Amino acid sequence: MSSMSSMPVGRLEPDTSRGGSASIGKAVKIVGQIFSREDLFVDGDVEGTIELMEHKLTVGPNGKVHAGVKAREVVALGTIQGNVEANDRIEIRKDARLVGDIKTARIVIEDGAYFKGSIDIVKPEPAKAAAPAQRPAPSAPATPAPATMQASVAEAKR
Amino acid sequence: MLKERLKSILRGSGSPGKTEPPRARPPARPPLKSGQKETCRTRPSRGLEQFFGYFRDQSGLSVLDLGGVFQENINFITSLGHKFYSEDFLRIFEETFGAEPGDQSNPSRIEYFLRQSLNYPDDHFDGVLAWDVMEYLAPPLLSATVDRLERVLKPNGYLLAFFNSAEQAEPSPYYSFRIQDCANLQVTEYGQRDRAQLFNNRKLEKLFQKFGGLKFFLTREHLREVIVRK
Repeated sequence: MSSMSSMPVGRLEPDTSRGGSASIGKAVKIVGQIFSREDLFVDGDVEGTIELMEHKLTVGPNGKVHAGVKAREVVALGTIQGNVEANDRIEIRKDARLVGDIKTARIVIEDGAYFKGSIDIVKPEPAKAAAPAQRPAPSAPATPAPATMQASVAEAKR
Repeated sequence: MLKERLKSILRGSGSPGKTEPPRARPPARPPLKSGQKETCRTRPSRGLEQFFGYFRDQSGLSVLDLGGVFQENINFITSLGHKFYSEDFLRIFEETFGAEPGDQSNPSRIEYFLRQSLNYPDDHFDGVLAWDVMEYLAPPLLSATVDRLERVLKPNGYLLAFFNSAEQAEPSPYYSFRIQDCANLQVTEYGQRDRAQLFNNRKLEKLFQKFGGLKFFLTREHLREVIVRK
């Protein structure tokens, strides 16, 4: 996980060798931008932005996130105030509170959750099947090209 | 004396300005009385059917649900390709005016309430599902709310609202409404809440006089389902 606050240098690169997820405990407050290449559990306070494009963000029951969030998946048990973009899904649990606009492919909201904002469902585009290699169809020239030009094109194609 | 003065400032009885009432934790739904159970049933709704009928064959519309957020409503509206907006209108109402709302005529408090619940640009929504939330608003607040709804609806946008047609002031059940399909609602009764006023056809026509068209459907449960068009 890397965190950039007001310091111009010293961007910490996450140590992905350990696996698992990073976490921000309930006594911790971070003001700034968080970029993570692993799952992140937030049970403290975060103000700013959180980006985990390929990973999962979990906001714990004590977590208070006042930030724009971008992640593959978001699970909210605490409070999120900010717009949330989750490529895969968002889950808002019973006692959670989310205020902001949501853009996601799927959403699950338990009864008792508080939500204020908009929900835009954006389904991912289906992966295009690999097209078989095709020969480009020869196009009939409007006028017959001179013999020298055709030869040079044929040589270029080899 | 200082404490009382502070309380009156917080209530907004002083000069209307930017004073905002203290924010309370969002209250839970009203508790059921002893012996009362949460009851749930599905019923047809002509009003709902008409409302979504107006949007047939369209997608990408913006629909506001004032009844709080339920999975069923999100699923239904987004499956039609629309953008879903949610406000827990009655929760914000209780946060602003208290669990036993008294004075709903204070202009600064009304303005605060509308900023919290309907803070949207003009001509923003194609449809608004108000359900029965308007029944609990006293006349000054109700009038201001209807004016604001008229502004945030797009021209030719539609509003669906439910009003109890009982002719006596009595506590009415507190409901949540979940859309089962375009013509059926799952209605869950949680408890009881006092309605702020009684509504008859004439009163409703006057309430929505700024709108272009008004249609009533009366249900077997003595509920008026009202669709208004801007």
